[in-house]
Amino acid sequence: MKYKSQAVAKPYFIAAIGLFLAQVIFGIILGIQYVVGDFLFPEIPFNVARMVHTNALIVWLLMGFMGAAYYLIPEESERELYAPWLAHLMFWIFLIAAALTVIGYLAVPYARLAEMTGNDILPTMGREFLEQPTITKVGIVIVALAFLFNIGMTVLKGRKTVVSLVMLIGLVGLAVFFLFSFYNPTNLVLDKFFWWWVVHLWVEGVWELIMGAMLAFVLIKTTGVDREVVEKWLYIIIAMALITGIIGTGHHFYWIGPPEYWQWWGSIFSALEPLPFFMMTVFAFNMVNQRRRNHPNKAAVLWALGTAVLAFLGAGVWGFLHTLAPVNYYTHGSQITAAHGHLAFYGAYVLINITMISYAMPLLNGREANSMRSQVLEMWAFWLMSISMVFITLFLTAAGILQIFLQRYTETPLPFMVVQEKVALFYWLRVISGLVFLGGLGTYIASFFVAAHDAKHPQAIEAGKVQPSPAAV
Amino acid sequence: MAQVFTKSMARNIFYGGSVFFILLFLALTLDTSFALPERDQRHQLDLSTEVGQRIAKGKELWETNNCIGCHTLLGEGAYFAPELGNIYTRFGNNKEAIKAFIQSRPAMGIPGRRSMPQFNFSDEELDAIAEFLKYSSEINTAGWPPNIQG
Ligand code: HEM
Ligand code: HEM
Ligand SMILES: [Fe+2]
Repeated sequence: MKYKSQAVAKPYFIAAIGLFLAQVIFGIILGIQYVVGDFLFPEIPFNVARMVHTNALIVWLLMGFMGAAYYLIPEESERELYAPWLAHLMFWIFLIAAALTVIGYLAVPYARLAEMTGNDILPTMGREFLEQPTITKVGIVIVALAFLFNIGMTVLKGRKTVVSLVMLIGLVGLAVFFLFSFYNPTNLVLDKFFWWWVVHLWVEGVWELIMGAMLAFVLIKTTGVDREVVEKWLYIIIAMALITGIIGTGHHFYWIGPPEYWQWWGSIFSALEPLPFFMMTVFAFNMVNQRRRNHPNKAAVLWALGTAVLAFLGAGVWGFLHTLAPVNYYTHGSQITAAHGHLAFYGAYVLINITMISYAMPLLNGREANSMRSQVLEMWAFWLMSISMVFITLFLTAAGILQIFLQRYTETPLPFMVVQEKVALFYWLRVISGLVFLGGLGTYIASFFVAAHDAKHPQAIEAGKVQPSPAAV
Repeated sequence: MAQVFTKSMARNIFYGGSVFFILLFLALTLDTSFALPERDQRHQLDLSTEVGQRIAKGKELWETNNCIGCHTLLGEGAYFAPELGNIYTRFGNNKEAIKAFIQSRPAMGIPGRRSMPQFNFSDEELDAIAEFLKYSSEINTAGWPPNIQG
């Protein structure tokens, strides 16, 4: 850690991981409800658990992005953060708003929450991923503005690098597209059309810029490769992301009302969307192969390479699988969608955040890298979570193929609920994989405590009981 | 080779490409907005009519009860419960059948099965929801879903 104010990133990272744990626990509740339909009914209906699951995901990813920005912007700008106190204040506002929202979801019926929070004044609730009460959304906008002001001023007053510029463009885009969540006309087609301006233009647009900047930062730091090379890669990756991803939005416009020409625009451009993800994979492996130094934080490098590979698998391969209009006609809104959603979010945005956290946390705690023991745990966590997520994806894909065949493709299509019972085996297998995933996350959390313990008791290392951090060799 | 393709060329592709495709996307959006009136049943939404008021109320109830948290609507939402974009046609173009289904959900669920909550809607609210679902089913969705099962 080069600048004192980078320390504001720490609470963001800790809260992010806490929310990640909550997300996964609710994911498992959902998984069980898929096969034991009345599990926790009527106390926690499926839709409530699902909101907690997906909203916790989004909030912790945003927390992670903010923490990452607060960490990397001062270092790139070579100066202290413009207003560290503001970053602290926003952290608490964001965390409390998120906590109150989740309590609202769980404590009162959703309709009551809508009433209590004045949804009828400006109705924005009740749409997938945007379920937060309108006042929470306003809170998010305020936090985002204060955050952008803070890092924007830091960039303006300091050294301007491509990494910080791309990060900033991505974050501004994130805030701008979120504003479409306030547009909710009665006209269902318009509602859906612009809903995708938030969801798609986030994950297949501006978030890729944020991800690219974070990946570039960690790779510069851990491999020592020349900045010029990294920056050229970064530009070309994000250029491909926006060139394919913006018109690629059309892959969501096939069956919700807009004209049929979107089937062409959407299919052609979104078929190219895997390119930037593929380039990130090549980029990451190239940089690590050409490294000029061996950074002691081996775990961070593993997370970075894992991000590059699994983002390509989840977004690129599983995205391509169902993106062409004639295929999407059958897969639209099936378990194939859920399979892709899981691996893409995990591979790209969960892993890039963990990469950053894994790289930065030891430094925030005053050491270049954690003890070997702690890093080995992290590597276990990586493999447990990644392999179980790949299995979740495979089981959902199998369920999806059967579902599509039985419900949409055969001469004698069966009703939805009948089909769900026929494919229940795969849902059971998904729950089992989910438990392994939870174990992996537990291992990851444990690695922090082991790292702290080993840092406090270096005698154990000297006595040869524990392997030292590679930083010491 | 590496020298031929410089960083400033990469940067220009990024800025030039982004601006070009943002403008193209806006142009396509504009064209779509001209085409939509023929496809999205907006004439039904006129708030000076009773149907229009019912649809608006129905969409509000759809949202404030988070129906999308279990169901898909035109293929978007959750995959836990059946598609509802075509429920009106699946129930034989019968709004009363939709109302009866929603009204008859047991408060404590169906043991061992995925159950829909009992929302205790008034008759007026049920009318509004059924009207909203009828309207949804009449949107031109380019022939989706493939069959009546959704
Ligand atoms: C990291 C990037 C990505 C993430 C996080 C992501 C995530 C998601 C999620 C969560 C959904 C479901 C949305 C809903 O609930 O309706 C979805 C849908 C979809 N995604 Fe992605 N995605 C990514 C990249 C891609 C790419 C690169 C492609 C194409 C190559 C793609 C193609 C699709 C398609 C076609 C759908 C619609 C599925 C349907 O019709 O039901 N995605 N994505
Ligand atoms: C590990 C255990 C997990 C289980 C058992 C699980 C289960 C589920 C279930 C049952 C749903 C609802 C599907 C539906 O609507 O019918 C869901 C949705 C979702 N989950 Fe998970 N989940 C888990 C972990 C995760 C993780 C780690 C992520 C993020 C990377 C994630 C991201 C999502 C997303 C984005 C959706 C919405 C998908 C869509 O709309 O297509 N889940 N999850
Ligand atoms: Fe998309």
